[in-house]
Amino acid sequence: MLAGSLTILVIDENRIRASIIEAGLRDAGHSQVTVVHDVAGIAKRIAEIEPDVIVIDLENPNRDMLENMFQLSRAVKRPIAMFVDRSDRASIEAAVDAGVSAYVVDGLKKERIKPILDMAISRFNAFSRMARELEEARSELENRKVVDRAKGILMKSRGLSEEAAYALLRKTAMNQNRKIAEIAQSLVTAAGLLDPLGGE
Amino acid sequence: MSTTHEITAGFMPLFDSAVLVAAGEMGFAAREGIELKLQRETSWANIRDRIAIGHFDVAHMLGPMPLACSLGLTPLASETIVPFSLGLGGNCVTVSNAVWDGIAAHGASPDLDPARAGQALGALIHERASAGREPLRFAVVHPHSGHNYELRYWLAACGIDPDRDIEIVIVPPPFMADALAAGRIDGYCVGEPWNSAAVAAGTGQIVTVKALLWRNSPEKVIGVRKVWAEENPDALAALLRALHHSARWCQDPANRGDLAALMARPEFLGQPEAIQMPALTGRLQLGGGVEWNVEDFFLPFDKAANFPWKSHALWFYTQMVRWGQLPHTPQNLAIARDCYRPDLYRSALKPLRVALPGANAKVEGALKTATPVGSAGASLVLGPDGFFDGQIFDPDRIDAYVAGQKRA
Repeated sequence: MLAGSLTILVIDENRIRASIIEAGLRDAGHSQVTVVHDVAGIAKRIAEIEPDVIVIDLENPNRDMLENMFQLSRAVKRPIAMFVDRSDRASIEAAVDAGVSAYVVDGLKKERIKPILDMAISRFNAFSRMARELEEARSELENRKVVDRAKGILMKSRGLSEEAAYALLRKTAMNQNRKIAEIAQSLVTAAGLLDPLGGE
Repeated sequence: MSTTHEITAGFMPLFDSAVLVAAGEMGFAAREGIELKLQRETSWANIRDRIAIGHFDVAHMLGPMPLACSLGLTPLASETIVPFSLGLGGNCVTVSNAVWDGIAAHGASPDLDPARAGQALGALIHERASAGREPLRFAVVHPHSGHNYELRYWLAACGIDPDRDIEIVIVPPPFMADALAAGRIDGYCVGEPWNSAAVAAGTGQIVTVKALLWRNSPEKVIGVRKVWAEENPDALAALLRALHHSARWCQDPANRGDLAALMARPEFLGQPEAIQMPALTGRLQLGGGVEWNVEDFFLPFDKAANFPWKSHALWFYTQMVRWGQLPHTPQNLAIARDCYRPDLYRSALKPLRVALPGANAKVEGALKTATPVGSAGASLVLGPDGFFDGQIFDPDRIDAYVAGQKRA
């Protein structure tokens, strides 16, 4: 059977992650994919779409509301259960670790759903990695900025060369067993306090 | 004391996680040699999933939730036991200003009286129905929660069918007040501070409280993965002792300011200290400038609040049956009976020589006043434990109780 014959609903408040999941599903040949960011009016949407599979991020605080809705199949014409069955412990752990869960209508074969969950898990993990790397790059940039400002303060107030200013920061950091960026931040803060007009 | 046990505990941002939070933050766990790692969660479903796969060893849970897990009522369920209760009471029923005006016109007074408020609500519901208006929509936090069962118990005892006459939906606690203000729901039953939050915002009125619907009744518990409990008996016993000391600290009026400040921190509730106080003092602002003092509004320690009574678990079980969540069978009853574990509580606390109830279950509703009970050594006061409609729940006569339950 064609992969594309399944109707999939992705509920994720994070728009970037949702579009990464959607792209993954389309790459895998699923054409009937709907993405929802906000759960307001979700019962009506589910009734319209009649999804076979629903993918939800675990951080969504509305999971309890959604699960209750799936169990009361008045809102959703067919009963929906959590996909990961108890025998497949590795899948369960991988999904929860990645921060994703999936629900499917009763009667769908595990073999048809597993690739969808596996894809969601790997894309969720890739997204987390990307977000982490972005955060690291951002803080690296921030650190570099503050070290530059600290060097400037030392060069001006003590008449040091740039290399000598940096060497002083590094030596102080080593002596105090702290990071250069922390020493630089302390210096910038202290300089700001001593000079309320802010002229460094 | 050096750390001998590492325990990871999940919790939801609700005031009744206080005993668990204070155990970690005020040094009670450390004193028992435990490094307690607290992890805040965003849904009960996450708590259930993470305890099932072993991310959490123990967790702050809704009282009926370990039963639902053990009875297989939820996806990804695992056998979960309850060796400790986190307190008695703490919930309120709050309605929108429009509903309050409606029931006040039918005779409700701002005095939290459940019978009169329920009658007035029934009259309003009939009036709306005859005018062809949509049924009122109430929210609770979870289908397997004390909130759901006490709201339904109250309505049914007042002649309102909670499935036919109104609609009940699920809303996460921190969203309740906003949903009420936005008109998406007409009322809700939730723990503090989410009732006082609506009153403070001027968008809701507290009509009654759990402490009056069923006095000194169970609410949140410590749920423990059964396998973990069996493999780590020493760690569990140490944790229960830490929780016991923490609960005593939380109950002491001298510590209210410190406890409110602790719970106000962004990693716990992230709500102002002032809004934590009604849960601690029982002095509630009901709305419209009316202040009311509720006796035993929330007890984290007193009245044997931490003892996991089997009669509490069994009452939750009867409500699961009543509202069609599962059939009443000898097998289901046996699972429900084995879920709460007073034996583990008793053996962990024995070295402390504190007063402990001698029985594992009691007849709920039998104590009309606070009653001293003689037990192992020191004295202990229990109850009152009455239901507002005067019903009695005898855990030895479950069949008769289940058979006598009506939907409205």
